[in-house]
Amino acid sequence: MAKVNIKIEGHSYQVEEGLTILEAARECGYEIPTLCAFNHGECSLASCRVCLVEVKGARGLVASCVYPVNEGMEITISSPKATAARRASVELILSNHSLNCQQCDKNGHCELLYVAQITGAREGKFQGEKTPVTIDQLTPSIVRDTSKCILCGRCVARCQAAHGTGILGFEKRGFNTIVAPADNRSFSESPCILCGQCVSVCPTGALMEKSDIDRVDEAKKAGKYLVVQTAPAVRAALGEEFGMKIGTPVTGKMVAALKRLGFDKVYDTNFAADLTIMEEATELLSRIQNGGVLPMITSCSPGWVNYAEYYYGDQLDHLSSCKSPHQMQGAIIKSYFAEQKGIDPKDIFVVSIMPCTAKKAEAARDEFKHDGITDVDAVLTTRELAKLIKRSGINFNKLPDEEFDQDLLGEYTGAGVIFGTTGGVMEAALRTAYYVLTGKEHEAVKFEAVRGMEGIKEASININGQELKVAIASGMRNAKVLLDQIREGVSPYTFIEIMGCPGGCINGGGQPFVKPQFLPNEDLDILDTYKEKRAAALYSEDERLALRQSHNNSQVQELYAKYLGKPNSHRAHELLHTTYKARVRFPQK
Amino acid sequence: MAHLSESAVKQIVEIINRYQGEQTPLMMILSDIQREYGYIPLDVQELISEKTGIPVAEIYGVVTFYSFFSLTPKGKYVIGVCLGTACYVKGSQQVIDKFAEIIGINPGQTSEDGLFTLDALRCIGACGIAPALTINGKVYPKVSVADVQKIVDEYKSLGGAN
Repeated sequence: MAKVNIKIEGHSYQVEEGLTILEAARECGYEIPTLCAFNHGECSLASCRVCLVEVKGARGLVASCVYPVNEGMEITISSPKATAARRASVELILSNHSLNCQQCDKNGHCELLYVAQITGAREGKFQGEKTPVTIDQLTPSIVRDTSKCILCGRCVARCQAAHGTGILGFEKRGFNTIVAPADNRSFSESPCILCGQCVSVCPTGALMEKSDIDRVDEAKKAGKYLVVQTAPAVRAALGEEFGMKIGTPVTGKMVAALKRLGFDKVYDTNFAADLTIMEEATELLSRIQNGGVLPMITSCSPGWVNYAEYYYGDQLDHLSSCKSPHQMQGAIIKSYFAEQKGIDPKDIFVVSIMPCTAKKAEAARDEFKHDGITDVDAVLTTRELAKLIKRSGINFNKLPDEEFDQDLLGEYTGAGVIFGTTGGVMEAALRTAYYVLTGKEHEAVKFEAVRGMEGIKEASININGQELKVAIASGMRNAKVLLDQIREGVSPYTFIEIMGCPGGCINGGGQPFVKPQFLPNEDLDILDTYKEKRAAALYSEDERLALRQSHNNSQVQELYAKYLGKPNSHRAHELLHTTYKARVRFPQK
Repeated sequence: MAHLSESAVKQIVEIINRYQGEQTPLMMILSDIQREYGYIPLDVQELISEKTGIPVAEIYGVVTFYSFFSLTPKGKYVIGVCLGTACYVKGSQQVIDKFAEIIGINPGQTSEDGLFTLDALRCIGACGIAPALTINGKVYPKVSVADVQKIVDEYKSLGGAN
């Protein structure tokens, strides 16, 4: 790539041609205040007008996020004219913003508040009419509050890039413009999969998860027996909320925190991940042997299940009937665990800590309620757990490493841990399938071919001379490719893993926000690398564990021996399996 | 889309097919549907989305951005009052207010009997005869507030709704 010579603040630099001023300045060690710009233009560019700078010879100030550098360009960021203009841009945005920062869940992670602070913008500078407000809190997962929206378009771009469904768009015109699902509907009346990718890029509190912290508090007050379980991806990211570098696994501290938060039992969802593998692998082998519907597709990701129900209602028999791991764990806690411990299941309150917003809606599904007993009572995101920890006066960074409770549902294997990243469920299944088909363990343990952050991966695994063709997709845009093959009857695969969010659960919509301005110790390209770093944290835990195959989980074996019988037994079906139904995308109001 | 009739689906698909191979067919598809059917409801947008791959929210955004497009059926007579600068200083705001008062609807709305739609237009290029308005394409020059009742009565006498 050709280089050009530019000057910033009077200093000379050589930068790549084709970069925007904003990108070039960043590489030269400057950080131009900006609000809407995100991740290689994953936004409605130049909409916020905050990144204005002076360019010698240019008419007026230029928006640095779209203006490309060219030879001999002289850029001034700090001139009084530029700083005043940036401040005015922020003040104009504030003039049409709901200013209840104290009540806003985004406080502490709000990019608008941050940019207001560094530009010196004050509320109330401009006063006048405000755009009519819509607040949608009908789904259990996501709240949309247009009074906090700055129309940056990041959510619109992310939804379309990740899933191709484009649920959100700009509606109306001029001052009345809002970002909304078509017809300004609730997410609950549009084919939103509730993955929360829009939440993870929103600069303000316009899109947030619906908090369930209050419900946990109430259960505690009511004297319920509180059992908490944590999804694998949570440990790979929770530390970020406490200033740790991305990719720092914090399993021990997370457990220590949960024990101090007053949970009676702290378990790992990985136990049920191992259980899922037993059920799913058995289901797969039985479909292969009995001429069942193939390819079989995993069903752990509720975002993906939502997508399937909205867009591929005619192909639902390809989904494994297995519940997702945390639902299985909930069902086992309220049956086997309750029985063994002599506790009335009605008195047990199960909390799942998940990297996911769709899990909240999943837990509320009618299919997961039986005789007034719900598998899982409340789902908190990784971010909500961090809030809970901070609120409770726990110094997370200084906590010792502690162990999950070990009784009944305490054991887990490395196969369960890697469920949190794209390819992980597949690898866990392959480890067990290999054992079932050959009678011995796969020596290398890992299956390198199914790892990595590519949107679609495929592999052909030779087990005992038998070729097993598998594919893995994350993000619905990629899943669609595999699903259209199935619909057309040309899918070459036997088994497919699909996860809703690009990269899998480590990049779930409930994970800590990755916003470079709040992460001064991370590399400049952190938005390109954080998924790999979080996944690496999971693979490293897998490597550390002695047990790395789900079928070697002795407590899972004990559960079968004492309670379930064998995988896919009648009782296992009752407790661990579910059904799906095609759903109308835009129901008539 | 459950409530679009089979023949409606066929007709809409026929319009969508006119622009196959176009890089950005949306505006043309929407224009044709608006012209031929008078409005573009959500279920029609869903159908367009399915056939073109353009997200429904994006289509809805375009439909609600341009005032030419309508989500609900327009009246038999579409009264467009120009509120461009020249017409405005010549009193067109009072004219549109009078229409609103007599018909009993706000600009952008359609009367319950389906007879009238009242639209506020930006400059229609007829500044020389300001204030101007159009009804189904027919231009009325130099309209005064006093003329409004007569114009409404004229169309009322022309006949009922579609």
